[in-house]
Amino acid sequence: MSEIDDSAILDKLPLDSWHRAHGGRMVPFAGYEMPVQYEGIIAEHLWTRENAGMFDVSHMGQLLIHGRSADAALERLMPGDFQFAADMKPKYSLLLDEDGGIIDDLMATRRGDDFYVVVNGATKHGDIDYMQRRLPEDVVIDYMRQQALLALQGPRAAEVLETIIPGVSELGFMQGGPFQWQGRTLWISRSGYTGEDGFEISVPAIAAETLADAIVAHELAKPIGLGARDSLRLEAGLPLYGHDLDTRTTPVMAGLTFAINKRRRAEGGFPGALRILAELDNGPAEKRVGFEIDGRQPVREGALVLDGEGNEVGTITSGGFSPSLQRPIAMGYVAAPFAEPGTALKLEQRGKLFDARVVPMPFVPHRYYRKEAKP
Amino acid sequence: MSLYFTKEHEWIRVDGDSATVGISDHAQEALGDIVFVEVPEAGRRVSKGREAAVVESVKAASDVYSPVSGEVTEGNQTLADDPSLVNSDPEGQGWFFKLKLDNPSELDGLMDEGAYREWIKTL
Repeated sequence: MSEIDDSAILDKLPLDSWHRAHGGRMVPFAGYEMPVQYEGIIAEHLWTRENAGMFDVSHMGQLLIHGRSADAALERLMPGDFQFAADMKPKYSLLLDEDGGIIDDLMATRRGDDFYVVVNGATKHGDIDYMQRRLPEDVVIDYMRQQALLALQGPRAAEVLETIIPGVSELGFMQGGPFQWQGRTLWISRSGYTGEDGFEISVPAIAAETLADAIVAHELAKPIGLGARDSLRLEAGLPLYGHDLDTRTTPVMAGLTFAINKRRRAEGGFPGALRILAELDNGPAEKRVGFEIDGRQPVREGALVLDGEGNEVGTITSGGFSPSLQRPIAMGYVAAPFAEPGTALKLEQRGKLFDARVVPMPFVPHRYYRKEAKP
Repeated sequence: MSLYFTKEHEWIRVDGDSATVGISDHAQEALGDIVFVEVPEAGRRVSKGREAAVVESVKAASDVYSPVSGEVTEGNQTLADDPSLVNSDPEGQGWFFKLKLDNPSELDGLMDEGAYREWIKTL
């Protein structure tokens, strides 16, 4: 059997010894040693779809961007509507280069005049450098390296977290706020990366173990590794930076146009606006789509997409076996004429051809929390 | 019958000039949940140290190498429908293929069971 060798110098998470004590198998990811699994990826995946899974995502960069007119300054780097952003409402946005290519995807939440921003782990240092060079002097970025970040995801997540932090289940989907817990302030938002209801909890690193213990002490909660995080987000149709998004892709190609509102479309003023607005009007040359694949064999990142005559019309950027659907699924980019759901295409991996069809995403329906209408 | 292992974590159980090949318990543990297995068909020639089968976990695809050269007499078709047998019974029902050995002296460089179980403790 073939093996992989990885021997870079890696950082440790605040919960490093906690993961090892809970049977986490540590692998290199985003410059850290991180738990890829505890009991097994499929079991952890299905547990999260049915109960509540706790993920340590402390490798991600938590930033506080402050200074008067931080909102207007951020709008010169991203296509989000920050000036009119409501307080405590996380917004998905994209850091763009001058050609409209995606430098990173992130969540930004207004907290008064400040913005709390969570960026990807592998890109955080580059993001900070890029933003610092471009933001005006009176807008300052604090990298909150003393904060850990935990996510609790799944249909029972609210029930579990409410027993530890009363009041969290009052949050609406994509709403955040500060909560007091054991004399410390936690920043909690109702959001996540699995397609399920759930929360993301920013906690001082020194209190992270105590909080993790309190969460997994609940019989409905278990620690979940990176492996299931990847299969869950793939089923939810959510792109992963560095795979499904990079500087060669734009928000329009990636199908992330919901992150550019009416005002920003009308006003422009973000990097790559000329290209992005043209793509919005005329359609992009390539689009991110989902694929359903015949058979059982996973088709993964790097596989080619071919039309009926064998011409290369795209590439797979993420793929794997869906534990919920018990079949292989994938996402990738195809030339626009082939992006319609139902289009039959071939995928080529290691010299072997697979029959596949373009399908709408998500593969597994989202089940985000919706507050019941008031009577 | 004698059981041997390779440094690539395949096992081979030999009975005269016939043998059964699979991957070790250590290998399935390292791979994690196995979701796909492709085994060679009867009649295919396989060579010592060359890829003979494919095993895919949720995370990655790996080649399985033949511990010896020979002609495949049977592939384990059960694995197509139930690849998780490789996780639950890797050195039994989760076997990959059977073959007829070309040259039994190719077994000389392989580890016996005791040596393999000791060696993997050092990994």
